[in-house]
Amino acid sequence: MSGPSDFQPTNPVIKWIERRLPIFGLVHSSFVAYPTPRNLNYWWTFGAILSLMLGVQILTGIILAMHYTPNADLAFRSVELLVRDVNYGWLLRNMHAAGASMFFFAVYIHMFRGLYYGSYKEPREVLWILGVIIYLLMMATGFMGYVLPWGQMSFWGATVITNLFSAIPYVGDSIVTLLWGGYSVGNPTLNRFFSLHYLLPFLIAGVVVLHVWALHVAGQNNPAGVEVKTEKDTVAFTPYATIKDMFGVSCFLIFYAWFIFYMPNYLGDADNYIPANPGVTPAHIVPEWYYLPFYAILRSIPNKLAGVIAMFSAIVVLAFLPWLDSAKTRSSKYRPLAKQFFWIFVVVCVLLGYLGAQPPEGIYVIAGRILTVCYFAYFLILLPLLSRIETPRLLPNSIADDVLAKYGKKVASIVVAFVVAGGLIAGSAQNARADEEVTPPSQSWSFSGPFGKYDRGSLQRGLKIYKEVCSNCHGLSYIAFRNLADVGGPGYSVAQAAAFASDYKIKDGPNDSGDMFDRPGRPADYFPSPFPNEQAARAANGGGLPPDLSLIAKARSYERGFPKFIFDFFTQFQEQGPNYVSAILQGYEKKPAGVSLPEGTYYNKYFPGHAIKMPQPLTNGQVTFDDGSPATLPQYAHDIATFLMWAAEPQMEARKHLGLQVFVFLILFAGLMYFTKKKVWADAH
Amino acid sequence: MNPDASTIAAGAPIEVDLAPIAEGQDIKVFWRGKPIYISHRTKKQIDEARSVPVSSLPDPATDQSRVKEGHDQWLVVIGICTHLGCIPIAHEGNYDGFFCPCHGSQYDSSGRIRQGPAPANLPVPPYQFVSDNKIQIG
Repeated sequence: MSGPSDFQPTNPVIKWIERRLPIFGLVHSSFVAYPTPRNLNYWWTFGAILSLMLGVQILTGIILAMHYTPNADLAFRSVELLVRDVNYGWLLRNMHAAGASMFFFAVYIHMFRGLYYGSYKEPREVLWILGVIIYLLMMATGFMGYVLPWGQMSFWGATVITNLFSAIPYVGDSIVTLLWGGYSVGNPTLNRFFSLHYLLPFLIAGVVVLHVWALHVAGQNNPAGVEVKTEKDTVAFTPYATIKDMFGVSCFLIFYAWFIFYMPNYLGDADNYIPANPGVTPAHIVPEWYYLPFYAILRSIPNKLAGVIAMFSAIVVLAFLPWLDSAKTRSSKYRPLAKQFFWIFVVVCVLLGYLGAQPPEGIYVIAGRILTVCYFAYFLILLPLLSRIETPRLLPNSIADDVLAKYGKKVASIVVAFVVAGGLIAGSAQNARADEEVTPPSQSWSFSGPFGKYDRGSLQRGLKIYKEVCSNCHGLSYIAFRNLADVGGPGYSVAQAAAFASDYKIKDGPNDSGDMFDRPGRPADYFPSPFPNEQAARAANGGGLPPDLSLIAKARSYERGFPKFIFDFFTQFQEQGPNYVSAILQGYEKKPAGVSLPEGTYYNKYFPGHAIKMPQPLTNGQVTFDDGSPATLPQYAHDIATFLMWAAEPQMEARKHLGLQVFVFLILFAGLMYFTKKKVWADAH
Repeated sequence: MNPDASTIAAGAPIEVDLAPIAEGQDIKVFWRGKPIYISHRTKKQIDEARSVPVSSLPDPATDQSRVKEGHDQWLVVIGICTHLGCIPIAHEGNYDGFFCPCHGSQYDSSGRIRQGPAPANLPVPPYQFVSDNKIQIG
């Protein structure tokens, strides 16, 4: 390890341990006394952020694994019950899901930083290659993790990606059978993915140790790309880099918290709130945003095997970067041509990401092919060429000189580029539902926004509508009667919830004679479904299957389009589900001339395809309310949509409440870190 | 790590009764986790399938080679698109066959790929007629 081994403990306990296992000395030389270039900018804080995110993912993942069941019949429900019943289960789940996205966001910035400043060049080639290995392991981990909730997107994403391996000649089909553990994606697949998903992060941790070790041998790169020459070039890691990392981390946590507490489903797909169905393929299969550029590259090549090779090559080519780019000048700061092409490359990556979410038709296919060529051309043609023909600018003599020289480069443009990039990629994951359909009108909901709450009266009316009308065909199997008395819900007392439950007949047993019997409902029981199984439901409904309504408000969405999806991130708009439900209920119209409907369907303005199997369920005057609210269809639609939003997310108010506290804390904390950093660094600039 | 014994057993052959399937109708059954379409083809569909010049097909195959002799009205295919594995919809598309909504591949009434990115025809699973109205798949 590099760094002065000047650790002289005075404490007798530490001296005792140090003599036997010099771990304190190791920490001291690696993270306290370790000389760090004094001109590092904030792009260098992402290493610490990544270490934090790995720790967060492992910690939240281990606790989630205590409640998750990796069985195809039970997985989906176990995740939902975890979110609803486990103490702060919703928080763990949101942290883990958003954490994966944050992990990839940070790793992409970390990698782009490496690209720009030439951090892969001699003597840091092994460091860089270890990083590529970590990235590959992350991609495998993320892919397997997404399969675990066993939603529609989990299942079909697994089907598509495992099918890719069948492209490999000779051994392809055997590999796919090994991955599946059966003849198709099924329970054996889920089980082995869970095992590997638990394992891989610890492999990542191991490679990270090697990564940091390799880093400490060579020392960090810096924005000038000039190696450390004297002591004047460096500062001690603690307190200088430590406090700077703390500030960077606290800003990052604010960004992370925005997703956890206020936009938990922004980066996800509504289809994953539908339990996996091997018999029904979703209209648009889209991977998570961090895979989109590679998905675009895969689909650009019309040949199956070539597409797979291109996709993996797009990642593997990174490992060859130190040899593809042999320019002596490290930092693009002093390479005017390389700098411009770098930013073009960033735009290429962002656009590939956008294309990965579009249906592979028409102009998207052509654009995808052009951009795939650009992507590979950057590595295979451009960088080798530039290293031969480019004349770099004059380098500063040392890091100390670089620090004393004037700063002031346009950081704004970089920030704008990343915001646009991030917004486009994040929003494009939602854009996959490209339909020519009519968009449901946006209504105003009491629960929208950072301080939104459920309207208790609306929830109670919605419950009445469900009980009197919807429950004849639709189940609500994730809601238990006791939830009616929960905080943040319809506001019934425990006694009222028990009385409500006792109205229901619940099947129980077997009794001592071995027979099943009916008994009155108890608070712990779940709402019973109207049909005992899918076949009975279909037989009673003309072949259609009325979906369970517990998650319907999160399982339905529609495209918001550019640039709305960018503004949505800031305005916290996420009410597509309730807007959709309300629109469907009010959207029954007379069939327009010239439109033919399949037999047994009805015309609905907002239903995709316009032919819905459900007859209009609600009409004016059908349900009367005790509180005097109007017995009209719009009122019903509003109340049932509010009730179903609560059914889909009973913990919403707790989430927003804790979110506010966390935000206040983080903003104060970030402020404190900022001023502390300024104080610590006052003598170093 | 290859499929265990119970998985292999669950993949044992199944028998399907064809009598309830009306002409022009098709059903979907599951075998080894894969959806299998069984189509009771109309004469029109059979004629359409047979009148196509085989050499013009992306994956050339005669209709006769994809059905059992004497049972030409029965088409049994695995309903998994050969492109990236989505389930095509029956009785859709320009060829009165199958249409895959994922990337737009279209198959004809013999389950052969006609247009779109899929490279191969819908595979025919191993099956035989145990009687005129019953088949065993597997």
